Amino acid sequence: MANRLACRGITATVGVAVLTLGAVACGGTGSTTADQAANVDCKPYKKYGDLSGKQITVYTSIVAPEDQPHINSYKPFEQCTGAKVVYEGSKEFEAQVVVRAKSGNAPDIAYVPQPGLLQTLVRDTKAVKPASKGVVDNVDKYFGKDWKSYGTVDGAFYAAPIGANVKSFVWYSPKQFAKKGYQVPQTWDDMIALSDQIVKDGGKPWCAGIGSGEATGWPATDWMEDVMLRMYGPDVYNQWVTHKIPFNDPKVAAVLAKVGSILKNPDYVNGGLGDVTSVASTTFQDAGLPILDGTCFLHRQASFYQANWPEGTKVGKDGDVYAFYLPPINKKFGKPVLGGGEFAVAFSDRPEVVAFQEFLSSPEWANLKAKEGNWISANTGLDIANVDTPVNKLSVQLLQDPNAVFRFDGSDLMPGEVGAGSFWTEMTNWIANNKPDKQVLNAIERSWPK
Amino acid sequence: MTATPDSLSRPRTARRVARTAQRAEQAKTRLSSPWATAISIAVAILWTVPTFGLLLSSFRPEQQIKTTGWWTFFSDPQLTLKNYTEVLFGGSTQLSTFFVNSIVITIPSVVIPITLALLAAYAFAWIDFRGRDFLFVAVFALQIVPIQVTLIPLLQTYVDLSLAGSYWTVWLSHSIFALPLAIFLLHNFMKDIPRSLVEAARVDGAGHVQIFFRVLLPLLVPAIAAFGIFQFLWVWNDLLVALTFAGGTQNVAPLTVRIAELSGTRGTAWHLLSAGAFVAMIVPLLVFLSLQRYFVRGLLAGSVKG
Repeated sequence: MANRLACRGITATVGVAVLTLGAVACGGTGSTTADQAANVDCKPYKKYGDLSGKQITVYTSIVAPEDQPHINSYKPFEQCTGAKVVYEGSKEFEAQVVVRAKSGNAPDIAYVPQPGLLQTLVRDTKAVKPASKGVVDNVDKYFGKDWKSYGTVDGAFYAAPIGANVKSFVWYSPKQFAKKGYQVPQTWDDMIALSDQIVKDGGKPWCAGIGSGEATGWPATDWMEDVMLRMYGPDVYNQWVTHKIPFNDPKVAAVLAKVGSILKNPDYVNGGLGDVTSVASTTFQDAGLPILDGTCFLHRQASFYQANWPEGTKVGKDGDVYAFYLPPINKKFGKPVLGGGEFAVAFSDRPEVVAFQEFLSSPEWANLKAKEGNWISANTGLDIANVDTPVNKLSVQLLQDPNAVFRFDGSDLMPGEVGAGSFWTEMTNWIANNKPDKQVLNAIERSWPK
Repeated sequence: MTATPDSLSRPRTARRVARTAQRAEQAKTRLSSPWATAISIAVAILWTVPTFGLLLSSFRPEQQIKTTGWWTFFSDPQLTLKNYTEVLFGGSTQLSTFFVNSIVITIPSVVIPITLALLAAYAFAWIDFRGRDFLFVAVFALQIVPIQVTLIPLLQTYVDLSLAGSYWTVWLSHSIFALPLAIFLLHNFMKDIPRSLVEAARVDGAGHVQIFFRVLLPLLVPAIAAFGIFQFLWVWNDLLVALTFAGGTQNVAPLTVRIAELSGTRGTAWHLLSAGAFVAMIVPLLVFLSLQRYFVRGLLAGSVKG
């Protein structure tokens, strides 16, 4: 009796499962793929030759819906060469790519978002192939020297820079500024004067949030890096990220104090969100939103923050929100720009993979990709007219500005124990538990691998 | 002489029975007192509140989810189905594809280990062979090996066998990880069946195959169902194994992989997660609710008595 019941129970469940499946399958509508460019000029693709029937797999950390522009940007390459590019994105990319490379199941091309990860892949898995001559030529021609150095490990050049983002931005509301009569500051002192003015008018000038799940603390490390570049310049910055000067050096302490004069100043933070400790508990995605309702005026965050504004927010010089370049402190160092980017790494030297890697480093691809929207590159062959949003245009201007000094996000260059570990957690402690500057810096210094 | 133990033990047993009954009675009155009821209701509510909040959140508009808590629904009720449409039809690949993948992954991953474990458990329980106990302990001890340690070597093996990128990697991996516990549970359950039953069947001329199918299998249904649900929930909810072995390849990736990526590259679309969670929850919930009885009964039968 019991068994018969059990059997019936199981059949019933399978029935339900099939029904649910049917319902879901019936509910689907055909997803419309972006229509292919009608007439593609195949001239620039001649050099890649005929790659009909070949397949290239691409593995990235960029997932839906941001993956579609990437997939679309490969179309002309696929049409002209006949190769097929299979795109695969995963948010667990950083862990999975190492696992896959180690076990011999590596993709053909991977987009590596950190130079530190590139070093791990090259040194630990030994599966990365050095860049071909075509890629090297493209990078020499279209990218700055600093960009090439980030794709280089132990003297060999592996990875072509592809996308980029600029972190040295302060988001603000042009509408609120106009209403209150505030001006966009041109120097650091102007910015502090503006903050004081806002305090005098009864407002809280800054809002910030460093929450980001396991990575909580990274927005605070960006603050440190930006201020380091502005106070002591790119050379000291390099010494700092490569540990030529210790983490508890007086210079680093001065930088932390400067950051603290904003982030830990109860008069300045945390507009619309709470007191100083709320900086640690607010997620970075939500931290800038008070700008929209006028409870906060300034929010330092990267260009990619534009995706965070709710639908219908107008981003632009005369819109609801816009960004200005975080002003310099010391004129001597020009216009320091902090940013990040991805690099295309090849795990195979099959001709179609080599051709595709070269394509990704070419200005043709940079322009194709920019036309797909919300994307920029440090490729100097990128035509600014192809870049869509005002903030992206501003970012490209900064990246192509001959006075600008670009530096890669320092925490991505430091060893993982620091850059993705103690630097994050100690900065969080610094804010959440009001840990003194000195103890914070000593703790990070101790964690630096010998 | 013969009467003494009897006459002595009878009142003792009677007394013991009476005491047990009394205790049960006490427990019953204590448990069904208004206070106990109130407390259990309070606990039930406390436990349900977060799930309820999640359900409510999944129907709220994006702006609301991102700026206020679900309880603001009561002062400012706004509901929308947008999150669900986005989750179901939003991605470049339809959710139904991942749904089918999940089912294709889960069913063999449940059937394979149960089939193998039944045979192994029978051998361990009813066939005498040299080194049986040692082998049994060895199989059980394999449970100690953490999954994470096996990932890279296993994947290497799959690549060598050119299985990578197919369903086989996921099926085999789940089977491997499930077998030690499956064998242990089913073995304990089989051991519980009276030896006389098996011997009677043997006297009647039944071989191992007949004993297994005619005598044991019908009695094992609750245990099989219990382990089946256990394994089903584990495989359905699994992300690590699927991610490592099936990769993100859309041909073989299950629902969990899609849900993990719902929030977008930089986590900006996290308002979709509550809706996604409920979509993923439907099937396990149905399975669990419809087979709940066997789950409790079978698990007790297998583990506690053993």
